[in-house]
Amino acid sequence: MSNLKAAIVGIGESRVGSVPDRSALQLQADAAQAALHDAGLKMSDIDGLLTTPVRVEHWNMPCGVVAHHLGVKAKFLSTVDLAGASGCGMIHQAAMAIASGQCSTVLCVAGQNLLSHGSRAKAVKSMAEGGSAHPQFEVPYGPLVPSLYALVAQRHMHEYGTTPEQLAEVAVTIRKHASLNPNAHKREVITVDDVLKSRMITSPLHIFDCAIVSDGAAACIVTSADRARDLKARPVHLLGQGYGLRHSHIGDTELTTTGAVDSGRDAFRTAGLIPADVDVAQIYDCFTITVIVELEDLGFCKKGEGGAFVENGRIGLGGALPITTHGGLLSGGHPGLGGGFFHVVEAVRQIRGEAGARQVKDAEVALVHGNGGVISIHCTLLLGI
Amino acid sequence: MSEVIERPQPTPDAATGPYWAAAHEGRLVMPRCDDCGKYHFYPHPLCPFCSSAKLVWTPVSGRASLYSFSIVHRAPSKAFAGEVPYVVAVVQLEEGPRLMSNLQGCAPDAAQIGMPLKVAFRKLSESVTLPVFEPQ
Repeated sequence: MSNLKAAIVGIGESRVGSVPDRSALQLQADAAQAALHDAGLKMSDIDGLLTTPVRVEHWNMPCGVVAHHLGVKAKFLSTVDLAGASGCGMIHQAAMAIASGQCSTVLCVAGQNLLSHGSRAKAVKSMAEGGSAHPQFEVPYGPLVPSLYALVAQRHMHEYGTTPEQLAEVAVTIRKHASLNPNAHKREVITVDDVLKSRMITSPLHIFDCAIVSDGAAACIVTSADRARDLKARPVHLLGQGYGLRHSHIGDTELTTTGAVDSGRDAFRTAGLIPADVDVAQIYDCFTITVIVELEDLGFCKKGEGGAFVENGRIGLGGALPITTHGGLLSGGHPGLGGGFFHVVEAVRQIRGEAGARQVKDAEVALVHGNGGVISIHCTLLLGI
Repeated sequence: MSEVIERPQPTPDAATGPYWAAAHEGRLVMPRCDDCGKYHFYPHPLCPFCSSAKLVWTPVSGRASLYSFSIVHRAPSKAFAGEVPYVVAVVQLEEGPRLMSNLQGCAPDAAQIGMPLKVAFRKLSESVTLPVFEPQ
């Protein structure tokens, strides 16, 4: 256990996919109530609140909006904006707030109706054009958000010989995992051939190399390890964490090595663990190339070997390192900043042994990785019993 | 009547005005640190290598190589719909910095990482010109 001595004691998800009958706040309320029920706690037991910004509506001070509408009497509240790394960041920042004595039990919640708030075309457009490109030095050249990751993929292929088939293997594996998750958005299994024949969006990325757009919210309740002992659910402890940032925009970086090197190194150091200790890894998967680069940078294989690493079932259930077992952003669901939070929820489920058909046998140590911006901000967590 | 949709254009500000003014005159300039001598891009308020604030916009050769690229098939907006497929590139300048750009004067399928490039200028409006790159 890290020196913060914190544990996740409740997890919850709203319905994920197309949920046109729920607003962003209603989805967050659904996830929060599920997490409270899981923990055996009431809203009045919560005295801290963390959330992220949303894209579908303007919330002046999101943490205030969420705390007020969910009825949280918060002694500590904050809005965490590490883009896609926000989910991991919330867990660590909740643990810090608790260790400091500011509060005792923090509700972390994020999500929105990203798919259904407007037309689907509008949602896809908002994701595709969203704020990751530099407004002056990138947007005028016409990149999609997927183009920014395509630049990473093209360079990785050039430097290391990574192939479109290897990228496709990531999408196929993660879709297989989604097929075993009743709450996943896309559950129909696909093949490498399906990926390669799917529409080319921005070379070398096909549409199946890209995350989907979904409605949904996830929640976790964090408290001290001491308090966790008296609660209903089996506590899952924060073992270690790290952050990394090497650039803000993709146009001025080296493309194939990221701040995940730093976040991963610090997470393993604070936990006193090494990559070989990890039983299951919930890797952030906004695009297939993201997974390959992160597996390298986190130390699961050498730089340049990520393409070969994902072959032959190694990252699937029953493989040496099952990844993103709920179906991730590629298939499970991607409601924006909250997308990476489902990875945390799934890690807790795996360690508790409650992942059903997709349970990794004897999972005791889980890594969760979040990536925000364009492989810009990274946060890595190690969780365990 | 057909709708005219303008491409998104940069809005120069206090930090970037000299870059766009130079581009409009057909010159490529980069911030160079007067203390450590290194170039960087995109522009930072402090030198990313030595934290000095003594940064001077300095003309560069315009010679570069293609660092990475993507051929865009699905336009991000109607403004680009008439241009697909087109190449979004990251180029590496001879002086070191990298920047995003478009490739012109070259079929998208002919783009190859490492190919030598030189800067060219594409006028977007009466006030804005975009540096782009073409094969040397």
